Formats: sequence, C-alpha cells, structure tokens
Amino acid sequence: MSVSVRDAWTLIHGMTFGALFLLAYAGGIAELISLRYEDVNSPSVAQRVKRLKLGTTVMAAVAWLTVITGTWIPYVWYRAKAPTSPRSFLLSDPATAGWHSFGMEWKEHVAWLAPILATVVAYLVYYFGRRLVREEKIRQVAMVMYNLAFVTAAVAGLFGALITKAAPIK
Amino acid sequence: MSSVTKETISYDAQAETSSLPMGPAAAAILAGGIGSAWYGLMVLLSEASKGFGNLLNFYKPVGPLSGKTIVGVAGFLLVWLVLGNLWKGKDVKLNRVWPIALALIIVGLVFTFPPFFELFAE
Repeated sequence: MSVSVRDAWTLIHGMTFGALFLLAYAGGIAELISLRYEDVNSPSVAQRVKRLKLGTTVMAAVAWLTVITGTWIPYVWYRAKAPTSPRSFLLSDPATAGWHSFGMEWKEHVAWLAPILATVVAYLVYYFGRRLVREEKIRQVAMVMYNLAFVTAAVAGLFGALITKAAPIK
Repeated sequence: MSSVTKETISYDAQAETSSLPMGPAAAAILAGGIGSAWYGLMVLLSEASKGFGNLLNFYKPVGPLSGKTIVGVAGFLLVWLVLGNLWKGKDVKLNRVWPIALALIIVGLVFTFPPFFELFAE
C-alpha cells in the first residue's frame, strides 16, 4: 500500500482541505443562522461570535489553499501534454470527453469564486462582531455569500472526485 | 458581586453593539461582486480570444488558468482596497450595494459555466 507524491497532493487538495472546508462551512452557517435568536446582551453571544470568526476564517483560508494547491499542483499533472495524462485520456474518447470539456472546465473555473466569497463573509464577521446579532440585513447577505461559496466549492469538489475516478492522476 | 458583573456585561455589550458605519462592509460586499464578475470576464475573454488566452498564459504548465486566476484575484483585492478607502467611515446604503453585488456574483457564475463561455469560444 503506497501513496505517490502525486496521490498525496491529490488527497491533500481534495480530501484534507475538502473535509476541513465542509466542517468549517457547517459550523459557520449554523452559528450565522442561530445568531438571529440571540439577545445581543446575552453572554453566550461572545462565544458564538468567537466560533463564527473561527469557522469563517478557516473556511476562507481552506478555500484559498484548496484552489491554489489544485491549480498549481495536481492541475499541472492533469493537463500535461503526454497522451497518458488524465486530460489526454478523457479527450481521446467521445464517451469520456465530457468529463473534461464540461466537468473539469467548470470545476477549474468556478472553484475560484469560493475563496473570494468566503473571504468577504469572514471580513463581515470580524468587522461587525457581536453587532451581527442586530444587523439582520448583513447576516442575510453573509448567509447568501457563504452558501454560494459552499455551492461553488461543492461543484468543484464533486467533479474533482468524479474526474479522479474516471481518470486518476498517475 | 453578581450585580456588578451583570452591569459590566451589559455595558461591554452595549459598547460593542453601537452602530458601525456601513461603508467598509459595503466595500467588501461590492468588491466580492466586482471581483467575481471580473474573474468571470477573464475566463470568458480567454475562451473568446486565443490571443487573450495566450496573454494570460503566465505559467505554461498551468496554462491560461494561471493568468485568469492571478488577474482575477488581483482585481478583487484592488477593487476592495479602492472602495474600502473611498467608503471608510461613511454610511453607504446596503440596499443599493447588495443587489448590484449579487447581480455581479451571478455574472461571475454564468461566465464560468462552460456551456455559456463556449458559446464565445474561438
């Protein structure tokens, strides 16, 4: 049972960062939603906002790490000119070409929206802090952006997993 | 003791929950929208023009994606910096900024969707 360097980076990019991203998203969105039910003077608000700061920061940081590692490491191996590269392999057969021309093309581009949106949300959380309890409109904006960040990353993650299954990087 | 503690908590909570100017938040939100659309435009233009795509080929092993992402992210950060300075300490109406930002985010989503950008492929 061995793991090559390429396997390791693919795992780091997809599973390690992907899992962290999901955890951070789940925690962050739960806290954002639950803040509306809090009394601004409640002592628990400070704890909630602290967790929210952690969740949104981790999600933004992991999103950046995911797209940067993905673009500058496994993607290089994926699109290599060699006939054995995953891209060449997928495009060699009309039955599998769609995995690249739709799946990979969508994944590699849409993924970069996730860290942009997640970073804005993290900033809003830090800027407003406990005031988020009273700023309902800002919470709504943050939730929309946070969910869009999740969806774009989820699309990228899903196609990444499916493409890796169809044509793993070797 | 507990009444002093309660007063302290209440005072701290009130100090922290006084209103903040909306400017910096609006700047971040709008920058997110403009950044998304700007990045999407880089994707669309590089598909529409091989020449433009070659211009964005900053690093051959990664191809034009290297330039699309660097220019896209740089645009997002620059817009945020500019708007952040323009709106620092100011009260900007979120009701005006958010619909524009959301529309621009949708532009970014559409421009990065292959069936759409391939309509313009050279």
